[in-house]
Amino acid sequence: MKNITYTISVYAENNIGLLNRISAIFLKRHINLESFSTSASEISDVFRFVIVVNTDSERVRKIVQQIEKQVDVIKAFYHTDEETIFQENALYKVKSSSLFEERHIQNIIKSSHATIVTVSPEFFVIELTGFREETEKLRKDLEPYGLLQFVRSGRISVTKAKMGISEILNTFKKNN
Amino acid sequence: MPKKIAITGAEAVIRSLLAEDANLVFGYPGGAIMPIYDELFKFQDKLHHVLTRHEQGATHAAQGYARTSGKVGVAMATSGPGATNLVTGIADAQIDSTPMVCITGQVASHLLGSDAFQETDIIGISTPVTKWNYQITKACEIPEIMAKAFYIARTGRPGPVLIDITKDAQFETFDYSYQKCSGIRSYTPITTLSNKEVEKAVELINKSEKPLVVWGQGVILGNAEEELKIFLEKSGIPAAWTILGLSAISTDHPLNRGMVGMHGNYAPNILTNECDLLIAIGMRFDDRVTGDLKTYAKQAKIIHLELDPAEVNKNVHVDLALISDCKISLKELINNIETKTYPDWIKRFDELDKIEYDKVIHSDLFPSKDGLTMGESIKIINKHSNNDAIIVTDVGQHQMVACRYAKFIRSKSNVTSGGLGTMGFALPAAIGAKMGAIEREVVAVIGDGGYQMTIQELGTIFQQQIAVKIVVLNNDFLGMVRQWQQLFFDKRYASTEMVNPDFVTIAKGYRIRAKRVEKRKDLDKAVKEMIDSKEPFFLEICVEKEDNVFPMIPSGASVSDIRLE
Repeated sequence: MKNITYTISVYAENNIGLLNRISAIFLKRHINLESFSTSASEISDVFRFVIVVNTDSERVRKIVQQIEKQVDVIKAFYHTDEETIFQENALYKVKSSSLFEERHIQNIIKSSHATIVTVSPEFFVIELTGFREETEKLRKDLEPYGLLQFVRSGRISVTKAKMGISEILNTFKKNN
Repeated sequence: MPKKIAITGAEAVIRSLLAEDANLVFGYPGGAIMPIYDELFKFQDKLHHVLTRHEQGATHAAQGYARTSGKVGVAMATSGPGATNLVTGIADAQIDSTPMVCITGQVASHLLGSDAFQETDIIGISTPVTKWNYQITKACEIPEIMAKAFYIARTGRPGPVLIDITKDAQFETFDYSYQKCSGIRSYTPITTLSNKEVEKAVELINKSEKPLVVWGQGVILGNAEEELKIFLEKSGIPAAWTILGLSAISTDHPLNRGMVGMHGNYAPNILTNECDLLIAIGMRFDDRVTGDLKTYAKQAKIIHLELDPAEVNKNVHVDLALISDCKISLKELINNIETKTYPDWIKRFDELDKIEYDKVIHSDLFPSKDGLTMGESIKIINKHSNNDAIIVTDVGQHQMVACRYAKFIRSKSNVTSGGLGTMGFALPAAIGAKMGAIEREVVAVIGDGGYQMTIQELGTIFQQQIAVKIVVLNNDFLGMVRQWQQLFFDKRYASTEMVNPDFVTIAKGYRIRAKRVEKRKDLDKAVKEMIDSKEPFFLEICVEKEDNVFPMIPSGASVSDIRLE
């Protein structure tokens, strides 16, 4: 079976320890995570995890079954890249002197559609949101000019299909 | 609204246990859990505490209690080493779906993360082996969390829950009121059965010509023994069990065709690869059951009656899954299937049974050699207990032999460590098993290796005067490992021979009546004396040193490549 990139979305209670419990499921199966991010979701009090893994369809299905089995998890899904809209966010810190000395940098920023977040006498910070290839290209382009710091966020994604979490919670409310 | 009273967190723990009908706790005190023990002292007329000799013993005793009583077992320990000593029992309960609540003391909340005396991250450590866990740092959380703990432990697929309570939360006073948990929005214990799936299952069952049922512990956990019996009798389908499914249907029922798996019976293993329909009920296709997955029941359609959605299509791809409580699914099937019999198909079982009897069983039960066999020992235990003892086994050769030859007429009578294979399980589990079914005869059958892993629980047995009967089948070897060394490692017996102490003297040192049998002529009388005893009794049976357990499916081989010698 072929390994591809899957985005796992988990809707869960915001409980201490759940992060550990979910990561233990990957650890037990010796699977490395490509990225992991947590945030609020569209429902108040419900947390959302977005996990990216490179694996095959059989394994991702079993992993998601195990995640969903956890008591504090409301629902877990997995999707291919085609089924989601996803982005990553990157920050680049560059010496201010190079911005003025190297004309070329300005062209790089312009053509990559990055924005300048802040400028100080010593350094300036650029931000770019996009696909991995785009943030990666900008990193490579800026490298020759002295990249002081670089950081990229985990993937965040929304699915094209409906998630139906509110329905699950409403059904529970009705029955209890 | 339930009425509120001002009490300490420690008292709230005890009142919560009582509210959950838990009146028996196995445990071991220590610094961080002293406030709770102080309350145990005050409530001792309502809540009985059994002091084990090691925290691992407390978990196994709680497991044994849960398995025979059907209730949630409770174990308690202090922080640090007390808590880490629970881990083996928790992992065992997790893989064998045993409902258990463990309560650990923790250092005061202001000391968390400071490497305080006896501080350990038991939440982090126990996360992968618990169904749920939680750290309480405020007394006011206790009633709700305790209610959740018991609800989670016993509903759906049961399992262990660990609640860690900081010492300051035990001391803190708050307004207590208790309300049982009736549901958690993120947790669905039982999925509703779909009618369409039932219809499909009925169709597959009605048209099959060589069907086979394999049932597991789900039948016992779901109290579906009666439904299974009716289903088998109406459908006429021969059935076999996994090790944890043992005793759900009486051994002598004509449709009970024995054990599947590595040391299971010949017929059900071979015929797994001949049947046209495999109906798996409350079992999880463990590798010890399936052998090589690539050759497992490939010719058959497979229906899986299973409560836990994560078990469906995990190891074996099934054609149809009825995801619900098997009690519900079986009732639906009973109402819709045709009454049938399969005389020719059953004859295949009889033929293969005869081969196994001639090659293996006869010499196990009626040996012609001088040395005693494990099989004949079990046979005589059956005889004197009228096939109605609760048999608690440890892990290894004696376990396989006991499960093969022990006879049962009642459910919840087989207590063993299945999934985790925990040596040292049996002796403490027998304590709990007896306390969970006090009117029953409880016989722990243990090997000389596993016995010495938790031998200190003899102290618990004597102090509590728990009338368990302990049989050590002593071959002075770690027999199962030795068997593998003989068969697969050219008889290089690396560290499997045991120079054992005088077990009878040790039992007597713990002031437990004890006997040793070395000769066949003394076996029957000694077992009778043991069963007749009203007190705890220890019996060492010295068996043949290098006997092997057969049949055997070598690791990684197909179930149909089962070996008889």
